[in-house]
Amino acid sequence: MLMIDCPFCGPRSHDEFSYEGDATKERPAIGGDGDMAAHLDYVYMRDNPRGLHVEYWQHVNGCRAYLKVLRDTVSHQIIATGLPDAELTAPLAEQEGEG
Amino acid sequence: MSRYSIWKLIGQALRGHQDWSPAWRNPEPARHYDVVIVGGGGHGLATAFYLAKHHQVGRIAVLEKGWLGGGNIGRNTTIVRSNYLLPGNSKMYEKSLKLWHQLSQELNFNVMFSARGVLNLAHSDAQVDAHVRRGNSMRLQGIDAEWMTPADIAREMPCINLDPNMRFPVFGGLMQRRAGNARHDAVAWGFARGADMMGVDLIQNCEVTGFRRNGGEVTAVETTRGVIECGKLALAVAGSTTTLTEKLGFKVPIESHVLQAFVSESVKPLVNHVVTYGAGHFYISQTNKGGLIFGGDLDKYNSYAQRGNLPLVDHVLSAGVAMVPQISRLRMLRSWGGIMDMTMDGSPIIDKAPLDNVYLNCGWCYGGFKATPGSGWCFAHTIANDAPHPFNEELSLRRFETGYLLDEPGNGPTPKQH
Ligand SMILES: Cc1cc2nc3c(=O)[nH]c(=O)nc-3n(C[C@H](O)[C@H](O)[C@H](O)COP(=O)(O)OP(=O)(O)OC[C@H]3O[C@@H](n4cnc5c(N)ncnc54)[C@H](O)[C@@H]3O)c2cc1C
Ligand SMILES: [Zn+2]
Repeated sequence: MLMIDCPFCGPRSHDEFSYEGDATKERPAIGGDGDMAAHLDYVYMRDNPRGLHVEYWQHVNGCRAYLKVLRDTVSHQIIATGLPDAELTAPLAEQEGEG
Repeated sequence: MSRYSIWKLIGQALRGHQDWSPAWRNPEPARHYDVVIVGGGGHGLATAFYLAKHHQVGRIAVLEKGWLGGGNIGRNTTIVRSNYLLPGNSKMYEKSLKLWHQLSQELNFNVMFSARGVLNLAHSDAQVDAHVRRGNSMRLQGIDAEWMTPADIAREMPCINLDPNMRFPVFGGLMQRRAGNARHDAVAWGFARGADMMGVDLIQNCEVTGFRRNGGEVTAVETTRGVIECGKLALAVAGSTTTLTEKLGFKVPIESHVLQAFVSESVKPLVNHVVTYGAGHFYISQTNKGGLIFGGDLDKYNSYAQRGNLPLVDHVLSAGVAMVPQISRLRMLRSWGGIMDMTMDGSPIIDKAPLDNVYLNCGWCYGGFKATPGSGWCFAHTIANDAPHPFNEELSLRRFETGYLLDEPGNGPTPKQH
């Protein structure tokens, strides 16, 4: 069980949330230079890190808020949680530790 | 290493099975290979086998970071089928199914392939339409498909709950009789032994950690057992694909997710076909030892841990008990997980990578076991000819750029939906 610390509801089981994936992707402006390449990257390409991953979860069976979570994809440890506009960073030890 | 036969078995039995020779060598890595295949799972081993058998490419090595067959090839629920809607997928999967039907003979190794039929249940009018459409598409492509009514199902599979008053009653099912299952480990071992007999070096405990480049060409791989030069480099590392493509400097449309599977205690024959539940995600079959083996959805978040989580156990078993109620009385023996290479359209990639001498086999999602022989066959062709075979030309990396996606259910770029 992953415990996600919702800023509104407190720590809840991940079972109450819907996983919404990679939170590092930003939708490119339409019509700009390199439009197609930027959209290809936005829609389909993923860094898929083995280690720290920033991702969205929605508390669908709770307050329905979208949250941003920093989680380790090897240990499943949740390192930080915030609202979607939060800049989540890991303590230095975490960044160096897990491969 | 010699061929297995009934005479050999009898001879060995009389001597108490004392002097069987090892099924493959355990060689030291050479300095240079013409083709280096990374990943000693089903696909890497099958690729090596068909490369050595059908193509003249010189010396071949398979580099495996752990032991042969310790990845997804040894962790799956062994369903083998070719019941796809889209020709871009069917061509490769149907080639694979044809290879499965004579694989034990080809490998001189019993892979225990059993064409017991795969039945996909439908639980609504819309699902009946979708299944019949897929069945028609299969038949147009020369692949067998048969519609079964609830009465047909009752006759053949008394274990299925056909109560019309259940929450999601069974409206019928799409059956592919040439489909079935096989023994997962035996497939890895059979391909390993076959490749080794033709001179392929299978190098275990050899993790690829980096690459040496000369422009767009990869000249050597750095491994935990030293630097190994390569003429061509082929990646078949399933869930670990992006850890290597990142080092090679290009991106792929893949996320790694954990998928769990389960096995029950052994019981008398109960589930005679492979059956899938359509109102949730659940698939079940019975092993020759009598255990029921089954699985369901992904855990639905990115993961490199080969273990899953409890809410999904509950989710999978609720669907299972709805379909075959008597399994609620069985004890579970084991559960485990494997790391799936999920693409953004749910279909695999067998293609040249955007580098001069690198080839890519990845994106197998839930379905790579059935593809093992076909994927190896197509990938070997692609490596040897520096171009895809017609069977795999639509399984390209470029389809994400050109828009010719192979999204069977039409669910969009969300791995948890595929
Ligand atoms: C629970 C579960 C159930 C499944 N059920 C089915 C099913 O019913 N039907 C079906 O068709 N498919 C099924 N699959 C999918 C199927 O098992 C996979 O798609 C397929 O096995 C993947 O190809 P592979 O055998 O080559 O992968 P793997 O066996 O995972 O091989 C990849 C190998 O690469 C090695 N490797 C990784 N990185 C490196 C490195 N840097 N250097 C050297 N070696 C490396 C790994 O150690 C591994 O041995 C299932 C999978 C799982 C996990
Ligand atoms: Zn909440």
